[in-house]
Amino acid sequence: MGTEKIVVVGAGMVAQRFVQSLRTSDAEGRFDVEVIGEEAYAPYDRVALTSFFSKAGPEDLLLGDQALWDDPAVTLRRDTRAVAIDRDAATVTLADGEALAYDHLVMATGSSAWAPPLPGIDLPGVFMYRTLDDVARMRDWVRSRQAIVGRPVRGAVIGGGLLGLEAAGALQSMGATATVVEFADRLMALQVDKSGGEALKGLIERLGVKVRTSLATTEVVADAEGRAGTLRFSDGSEQLVDIVVFATGIRPRDELGREAGLAVAERGGIVVDDACRTADPRISAIGECAAAAADGHVSIGLIAPGNTMADVTAHRLLGREEAYLGADTATKLKLLGVDVASFGDAFAATPGALEVVYSDPFSGSYKKLVMTDDASTLLGGMFVGDASAFAQLRPMVGAALPGDPSSWILPEGAAARPELELPDEATVCSCNNVTAGSIRHAVNEDGVHDLGELKSCTTAGTACGSCLPLVKKILTTELGKAGIEVSQALCEHFEMSRTQLFSAIQVAGLTTFSDIIERFGTGHGCDICKPTVGSILASIYNGHVLAEDRAALQDTNDRVMANMQKDGTYSVVPRIPGGEITPDKLMVIAEVAKDFGLYTKITGGQRIDLFGARLEQLPHIWQRLVDAGMESGHAYGKSLRTVKSCVGSTWCRYGVQDSVGMAIRLEERYRGLRSPHKIKVGVSGCARECAEARGKDVGVIATEKGWNVYVGGNGGFSPVHAQLLVEDADEDTVIRAIDRYLMLYIRTADRLQRTAPWQAEYEGGLDAIREVILEDSLGICADLDAHMLHHLDTYEDEWKAVLDDPERLKQFTSFVNAPETADPSLAYVEERGQRRPATPAERVALVGSASLEETR
Amino acid sequence: MTTLAPASAVAVCAYDDLTPDLGVAALVEGIQVAVFRLDDGSVHAVQNLDPFSDAHVMSRGITGSRGEVPTIASPIYKQVFSLLTGQCLVTMDKAPQAGHAADLAVYPVSVDNGQVIIHLVGTA
Repeated sequence: MGTEKIVVVGAGMVAQRFVQSLRTSDAEGRFDVEVIGEEAYAPYDRVALTSFFSKAGPEDLLLGDQALWDDPAVTLRRDTRAVAIDRDAATVTLADGEALAYDHLVMATGSSAWAPPLPGIDLPGVFMYRTLDDVARMRDWVRSRQAIVGRPVRGAVIGGGLLGLEAAGALQSMGATATVVEFADRLMALQVDKSGGEALKGLIERLGVKVRTSLATTEVVADAEGRAGTLRFSDGSEQLVDIVVFATGIRPRDELGREAGLAVAERGGIVVDDACRTADPRISAIGECAAAAADGHVSIGLIAPGNTMADVTAHRLLGREEAYLGADTATKLKLLGVDVASFGDAFAATPGALEVVYSDPFSGSYKKLVMTDDASTLLGGMFVGDASAFAQLRPMVGAALPGDPSSWILPEGAAARPELELPDEATVCSCNNVTAGSIRHAVNEDGVHDLGELKSCTTAGTACGSCLPLVKKILTTELGKAGIEVSQALCEHFEMSRTQLFSAIQVAGLTTFSDIIERFGTGHGCDICKPTVGSILASIYNGHVLAEDRAALQDTNDRVMANMQKDGTYSVVPRIPGGEITPDKLMVIAEVAKDFGLYTKITGGQRIDLFGARLEQLPHIWQRLVDAGMESGHAYGKSLRTVKSCVGSTWCRYGVQDSVGMAIRLEERYRGLRSPHKIKVGVSGCARECAEARGKDVGVIATEKGWNVYVGGNGGFSPVHAQLLVEDADEDTVIRAIDRYLMLYIRTADRLQRTAPWQAEYEGGLDAIREVILEDSLGICADLDAHMLHHLDTYEDEWKAVLDDPERLKQFTSFVNAPETADPSLAYVEERGQRRPATPAERVALVGSASLEETR
Repeated sequence: MTTLAPASAVAVCAYDDLTPDLGVAALVEGIQVAVFRLDDGSVHAVQNLDPFSDAHVMSRGITGSRGEVPTIASPIYKQVFSLLTGQCLVTMDKAPQAGHAADLAVYPVSVDNGQVIIHLVGTA
């Protein structure tokens, strides 16, 4: 139990941030917090409302960790309204009459949607765009109208600002048409100028949204059934509608404060000072319901300043005085997929300011930088269509911009952009208010050298993530300064990354390591670059892993096509496609295991692993397996390992597709495919997902209509769920998508990089990968397909090939001068009916001290 | 740890039996030796025991170079050793198994009449 009680009125994003900030810093447990929210949900991400449709449900929008609300010091009351504040008694009265006493009261009531008092505004079919419930009701309305009218539902959005464009996107994603009606002469009038607005209009109309500007809506006219049916405008024109969404602005919800006698700003919002205090020292106000001194007592409708106010207030209550210095109104948005950003003095209000403008009617982009009159110092900027320079330039406001400013707005590559060094005080992450200086401090003083770790210890990039490229750049720069190797070089022998080397080898058409290192490297190679080159050669030419000079390139596992274990012996894994095996083959495996005394275990990937085989035994073991019709399972390779499957519709009561058949088809297609790291695949016959396919690099899950393909999953050290690539696809589409996904991965991933991090770091992420492999945005699909075809045409069982080749078989001897003598140091003990390597203590009893023979 | 043993020279295989950069193990008077022929034609011999795993596997490692020094990497935990001195150049932040030094013993090796000869001269 804390000694003081904080009541927070409002349970939106800023309230969540306040509670999180307080609980993170209140180590002694001084405060108990009670949060009062009128919505039915815990705080959710209102900024991402449009994404509600692409996610499973409201729970996917919830903010932060549920643990915050499970914390005993925190109480969250949902579906609860505060109706009055009694400042003398220091209580908040709830709708049911209960009075909550507080030591400190934090107002975080946010704002409400505001619509002009037009005739017809209350008709059914007219909606506001503000809450999760608003969006859910819109969706229900569109669905029910759709069923009746039998044509696309006609939607109109009144208001062409940020929320209006988001609402238009929401309507489109529900299957309705959308017309945006804006009173001002352009869209996003707060963020962009006239030319920027024109560019934005052009880009948005390309996406099928109609835009009408300089037009006032005067009335919503009912249809015969009394629903919204027609919009009437100031120019006398009309438009037929089935649904109307008002996004005409927000008003601070300051009524509780106003009624309690707190000062309210002229344009709404509870008046607070630089520490977010009202005139009553026990009451603070944060977020959109507050009008802060630093913002000229105007409420700001952005999340970043709200978060800062939440932090300032939480820290002040804990005794650490901080000041809210006013909003950074820089914004970067993606509206219907179109980038819009502005920062600093975007409208060139500074006397003498110069504007540098680039406008490209073909791509539709518009970019502008605002500079001081001597063109030396950056004042602000505006981007429509392409905001790639935003993250780097925004923190440079007020600083000298080296070089020619136009290099930042010309298309990338048109002019060299100078390197920027951010001042320490520049804000890098505006969501969490993290400066370049604090990131540098973490890297240099706290020794954080990893991006993930840097994110968690500075919180930079953990909210919207738009600053991550910049955070990564600072990390790389600082590490470089400290002399810590951050180069892409593979090792001391090759300056290139794996991806670069892959292209170089392919273009040069080289086939041997000696030619490759002579042409592109130095020295004699090492255990890093040799296996990498071996893997690249296998990926490009698909020759045998032991062909030509390649045996010496391979890690021992690939060199002898088995998995080395801790005592230097190997394990053997025959391929069992899809995990399906006949009793006859099972008996062959059992006999081999018995005859060679191999420890036998079922693997996690539905295969059988036979342990304890000595080097010289491997050909004998494989001769038996190959004679029985089995082949290498590539358990040793950086290649396809297994395709795991459930039993599927052939037996299962619930299966909807033949998952075993699909798994076998995939395994036989991709067997032996060499890649930067191992590849695992899973196939499930229904949504119950018994094969755990979403934990695999490629997961195929049956649906009633076909198959869903998920990519980039990973078990292991950092588990990741695979992401949806294609939906309800037929078998050929599934194969084509996986073919290309794997080939793109093989060509562009780094050494030992699994698909999950590759996909996350691929420029543009999975969306970009999808464009490359499904829409052929790079024009390389035919190439990728040809490569997979080459793999299929040239596949051979590696083990069978070795058994047929006396030269290669020579490598499988224990001693060059005693080919069939077993390694005398091996020692085993029996456990649970099988043998296992002896522990050091057991060895002493069995073969004497291990170190004896070396000391003679 | 040093005890003198009588010097002996043992032929283990023909030079032409060795594939460049692919090691072999040899059993020399009860001692396991890893023998390497490098791409420059030189031949090197070190102990086959990997001190970091206690397994006799060095012959199955990958040869290479660090600067000018020819090297062999353990196939188990990837430590890198000089083929000239046996010195462990990269420990991979691990310590050798109890009872073992981190460095490898190096055995003089010569090629005589096409035969590879290992000299056990009491080094270790």
